[in-house]
Amino acid sequence: MENNVILETKGLSKYFYDPVKFQVLKEIEMRINYGEFVSIVGKSGCGKSTLLYLLSTMDTAYEGQIYIHNELVTGKTDRALALIRNEKIGFVFQFHYLLAEYNVLKNVMLPGMKLGKYSDQELENRAMKHLKTLDMEDQALKMPIQLSGGQKQRVAIARALINDPLIIMGDEPTGNLDKKNSDLVFDIFNRLTQEEKQTLLVVTHDTDFANRTTRIITMEDGKIIS
Amino acid sequence: MNFKLILNIAFHLLQARLKQTIVAAVGVTFSIAMFIALVSFMNGLNDLLDGLMLNRTPHVLLYNEIKPSENQPIFLSKEFKNNTNFIRSIKPKDIGKSIYNSKTIISVLKKDIRVIDVAPKVTSPVFFNSGTIEISGVINGIDVLSEEKLFKISDYIVDGNVTDLLQNNSIIIGKGLSDKMLLSKGDIIKITTSKGNLASLKIVGISEIGIAEIDNVMSYTSLATAQKIVGESTNYITDIQINLYDMASAPAVAKEFRNTFNLDTIDYQTANSQFETGSTVRSIISYAVGVVLLIVAGFGIYNILNMMIYEKMDSIAILKATGFSGNDVQWIFISLSIIIGLAGGLFGLLFGYIFSSIIDIIPFETASLPTVKTYPINYNPLYYGIGITFALFTTTIAGLFPALKASKIDPVEIIRGK
Ligand SMILES: Nc1ncnc2c1ncn2[C@@H]1O[C@H](COP(=O)(O)OP(=O)(O)O)[C@@H](O)[C@H]1O
Ligand SMILES: [Mg+2]
Repeated sequence: MENNVILETKGLSKYFYDPVKFQVLKEIEMRINYGEFVSIVGKSGCGKSTLLYLLSTMDTAYEGQIYIHNELVTGKTDRALALIRNEKIGFVFQFHYLLAEYNVLKNVMLPGMKLGKYSDQELENRAMKHLKTLDMEDQALKMPIQLSGGQKQRVAIARALINDPLIIMGDEPTGNLDKKNSDLVFDIFNRLTQEEKQTLLVVTHDTDFANRTTRIITMEDGKIIS
Repeated sequence: MNFKLILNIAFHLLQARLKQTIVAAVGVTFSIAMFIALVSFMNGLNDLLDGLMLNRTPHVLLYNEIKPSENQPIFLSKEFKNNTNFIRSIKPKDIGKSIYNSKTIISVLKKDIRVIDVAPKVTSPVFFNSGTIEISGVINGIDVLSEEKLFKISDYIVDGNVTDLLQNNSIIIGKGLSDKMLLSKGDIIKITTSKGNLASLKIVGISEIGIAEIDNVMSYTSLATAQKIVGESTNYITDIQINLYDMASAPAVAKEFRNTFNLDTIDYQTANSQFETGSTVRSIISYAVGVVLLIVAGFGIYNILNMMIYEKMDSIAILKATGFSGNDVQWIFISLSIIIGLAGGLFGLLFGYIFSSIIDIIPFETASLPTVKTYPINYNPLYYGIGITFALFTTTIAGLFPALKASKIDPVEIIRGK
C-alpha cells in the first residue's frame, strides 16, 4: 500500500496539568501529502507549537496516534524516535538553535554524522552544496556567534536538509526576522517545494507568509477549523 | 552507537569550558599524586621496617623446644585408658636442642620445590671474656653462603666482610659487644660455653642491626667453628631456617613440616604478628587518605558537570531535536567525566612519581639504620595501576548522575522556554 501520505494523525489530544488540567489539543485529525507546503495558522496560545512538538516526536505525552510515512510512531522507544527525527524530520525553529561549540559547516554536518550514512568527506560536500544554494558558502567556517539572525536561520535550514528528510517542520521560522530576511526564507522554502518536491509544514502567524503556501490549516482553541 | 562522534562532541563541550575543566582535572591530579606519593612512602617505610626485623626471620623455622612429653606413660596404659588422669609436677624432658638426623632433613628440604633455600644454624649461649670482664651473649654458627642468600647479613656488617667467616676460628661480633669490650677487627676474643669449653676466635668483622638488645649480645661464626666450640659433631644443628617462594603459605607449610619431621616449627606470620599489624595500619592509612582525596575530587567533577549541563541545556536540546537519543547524550557526559578523570589521573601518576622521587632524595640518616641514607620509597607499579583505576572509577561515578540528568532533559521544555 504505497501512498503519498507523509504525516497523519488520528484523534490526537494533549492535556496540560499545570496549574490545572486543561486540554490543549482536541482530537486533531490531519494529513500531509508528499510535496505539500502546508502552513498552520491561528491565534497565539491556540496550540500550534504544542501540535508541532507532538508531530516532531519530541513530545510523547499525548493520546491518539501519529503516523510518519504510514508507520505508527506512537509508543516507540526514545532511541527509535531519535532515529526517526534524525533520518526523516528536519527542524527549523523560531530561534536559531545552532551549537555554539561548532562552526557553521560542522553544525550542518552533525545530524549527518549521527546518521552515519555518508562518509565525513561526502557529508562535507553535501553540506557545502546546501550552504551554496542558500548563499552561505563563504560563511562555512565562521562560528554561529559571528552570524546575523537571517544567516543563522539559513544555516538551520541547511542542517534540516542534510539527511534528505521526508518533511521539514518549522515553528515560526520567520518570526524573529525582518521583512527582507522573512522573504528570503520563504523563497528558500518555496524553491525547495518547487524544485525538490520537499514536503514542508510551517507554523506561522505571518498571514502574508501563509497565504503564499499551498495549503493553510487554521487552528482555534486546540482544534482544526479549516 | 558512534563513539567517535560522541567523543568529538564531548571534546568540543570541554573546549568551551576549558578553565573549569582544568580545575576539575587538577583536583583529580592532586589526589592521585598525593595518593601515589603517600602509598609509595608508607610502603617504603614498611619495607624498611620489614627489612629491619622481618627479613631476618625465616619463613619457617624448625627446632626442638624444651617442653614436657605430650605422651606421658599413663596414657599408654590400657587400664586407665577411659579415665581422666591428673598428673602433677611434670618436668620438661631434655631431649637436647640438637635436631636428630639433621643432614637427611636438610637434603629433603633442599629438594622441596616450594623452598628457596635452607640455612642450618647452631645457636648456643656463651660468655665473652675480655680481661676480667665476662659478658653473656649468643653465638650463631651459620652456613655463610645460605645465610647470606636468605637474610642478606652482609647488609649489617659495618666493618669487615662476611665471607671472612669461611676462615677457621673467625668471628663477627655485634657493635654493642665490640664497644663494651673495646675490641675491634683483628683482635682476639675469648669465649666460654655453658659447658665450660674455652675457645679463642679472631674478630673479622663488626655487625650492626640497629637494635641494641641484639647488637649487645649477638655474634656470628661458621657452622664448623660453632660445632667445635660446643664440642659436638658435624651433625649437630639446633635450627633449620627455610625461606619459601610463597611467603603466604608459611603457616601451612610449617604445620606440614611439624608432622613430617616431628619437630617444633614456627612460621613467619606467627613470629612477627605485631610487626604485620603495624604494616597493615600504615597501608590502610595511605589508602584511606587517597580515597578521601579522590572523593573530594569526585565532588569537584560532579559540580562542574552539573554546571555544564545547565550551561549546555540549549546544546543538549538541539542534539536531541536533531536525532541524538537520551542514551547518546548520557554517553557524551560520561565521556566528559572519563576524559577529565583520565587526563587528571595520568598527570596525577606523573606528579606522584615526581613527588616520590623528591622524597626519595631527602636525606634521612639515623644511627640505628646504617644502610639507609634517604627516606625510603617503594616504586611498585601496582600503586600506579590502583591510582589510575581509582581516578577513572570515581570520575565515572561522579559523572553518572549528571549524565543521567542530561539524558532526561526534555528538549521541548527548552525550545519552548525561549
Ligand atoms: N508546559 C506547559 N504547561 C502548561 N501549559 C502550557 C505549557 N506549554 C504551553 N502551555 C499552554 O498551552 C497552550 C498552547 O501553547 P502553544 O502551543 O505554545 O501555543 P501557540 O504556539 O499556538 O502560541 C497555551 O495556552 C500555553 O499557555
Ligand atoms: Mg508557538
